[in-house]
Amino acid sequence: MAVTEQHPPCALCVATQKVLAAVLPVLAVVGVIVAIWYAAALGMNRGWTLDVAERQGVELTRGEIWRDAMVQERPRLPAPHQVAQELWTTTYGEDFFRERRGEMRANPRSLFFHAYQTLAPTILGFVIGTLAGMILAVAIVHNRAMDMSVMPWAIASQTIPILAIAPIVIVVLNAIGLVGLVPKSLISAYLSFFPVVVGMVKGLRAPAVMDMDLLRTYSASRIETFWKLRLPASVPFLFTSLKVAIAAALVGTIVAEMPTGARFGLGARLLTGSYYGQTIQIWSALFMAAICAAMLVGLIGFIERMTLRRMGLDR
Amino acid sequence: MTVISAKSLDLTFQTNDGPVQALSDVSLDINKGEFVSFIGPSGCGKTTFLRVIAALEQPTGGSVTVNGMTPDEARRARAYGYVFQAAGLYPWRTIEKNIKLPLEIMGFSRAEQQERVNNVLQLVDLEGFGKKFPWQLSGGMQQRASIARALAFDADILLMDEPFGALDEIVRDKLNEELLKLWARTDKTICFVTHSIPEAVYLSTKIVVMSPRPGRISDVIESNLPRDRPLDIRDTPEFLALAHRVREGLREGHAYDE
Repeated sequence: MAVTEQHPPCALCVATQKVLAAVLPVLAVVGVIVAIWYAAALGMNRGWTLDVAERQGVELTRGEIWRDAMVQERPRLPAPHQVAQELWTTTYGEDFFRERRGEMRANPRSLFFHAYQTLAPTILGFVIGTLAGMILAVAIVHNRAMDMSVMPWAIASQTIPILAIAPIVIVVLNAIGLVGLVPKSLISAYLSFFPVVVGMVKGLRAPAVMDMDLLRTYSASRIETFWKLRLPASVPFLFTSLKVAIAAALVGTIVAEMPTGARFGLGARLLTGSYYGQTIQIWSALFMAAICAAMLVGLIGFIERMTLRRMGLDR
Repeated sequence: MTVISAKSLDLTFQTNDGPVQALSDVSLDINKGEFVSFIGPSGCGKTTFLRVIAALEQPTGGSVTVNGMTPDEARRARAYGYVFQAAGLYPWRTIEKNIKLPLEIMGFSRAEQQERVNNVLQLVDLEGFGKKFPWQLSGGMQQRASIARALAFDADILLMDEPFGALDEIVRDKLNEELLKLWARTDKTICFVTHSIPEAVYLSTKIVVMSPRPGRISDVIESNLPRDRPLDIRDTPEFLALAHRVREGLREGHAYDE
């Protein structure tokens, strides 16, 4: 009787297959998006190409129309490769510092510089918002009056359009001499404290009755209950909130840059782009903002995994 | 020597559906070194009675003393350790750190904490598992760890609220056997709430049969079984007679009426 011998699959093949299984769906989605994007760019930009051709009295072939729609200087919708190119030339193509009037100064042509101008207040605002949110949550959980009074205000605060409040805050703070980093970060703190409050309150209240009873049988104080039970129980909830909060903080900073005539930052980049019809600049700033947000959320996710693993909560 | 003494205890809960009488005229004395089981159907107040002893509930009438003190004072004097239905180990603490939890709160020195952890881990046969997280242990091992936690600060009284209720019968038998050995070694007074007649008869020196609506004691049965009990004692006529009497007590208390 013939026995068919089974070879174990080679390790490299398995690894390659795993990577492909993870990457292929993502690539497929990206491919579809890029295809739709190109099609949309063609549809939106060809009108301008035809206008110009008509004014110059030139007949264009279909291929020439397509080619021109992809390389306009101020297209309605820049093509993906135009945005990619702009991203490349304004980041690696520009020095972060350049010499100006004999001094080394930050180079406002560098998109890294603008990203930094946005990231610094984002992170400061995120820290302020997180601390404020945590303190509020602790107060809400431990004090009934705070519970009844603060939560409605916190919710109400988020119903006010940030776009309406940002200029007011900036102007008021300017009047008392605060400019630059702090006003921007306060706006982003304003947006980021809320998810932290909500998540942290939920987390601090997560312990079951039995977990609380256990500490009562030890005659534990409220402070001990907080440190030994409520706080550790809230950590997973806190991290979920922090991911939302850091994205909100970035949005807050960008919004704070837009209506106030800020000269630097991704928001300023968006605004000047729209003033001068520099759609490519707008889109590259948008992508830089998205990249920053993804990196920040990824960073929080990484810290989350490390922390939960240390706490034995990550299986 | 009487360690727990309840005199005409009443407890009425105010609920949204009106008052519910959880305990009615409950009087009971528990002596030092006894193993007392509370058995009865749901709603008979057995858990509530345990919680009153532990000062987790306040009675609305009557009195209860633990070691001659009020339950509140007894708790502060570390008179008892409480074992809940679920192991209730904190998932972010290792087994060792879970057992240290009461010791930290009660202010034991680090060296003594470690020494006590080692002792009780040995007592419940969990040596070598101190550094594991709760989820790495089986349900039975988790419940053993929770018993270790209740033993760690050396209380004289162990209050156990259906500690093995969620475990399968094989594990439960083994833990019952171990619990008896532990009780023999430590000379503690144990109050044990259960749903299971064989468990109650196998473990106890005294079986308190309770019935619901309102929660009251319908029979107190002193066990004549020897203290040293192998598992197959459950097939002896004495055991079956006791089990029969418990069942009769439950029936008389209209515990089966629904």
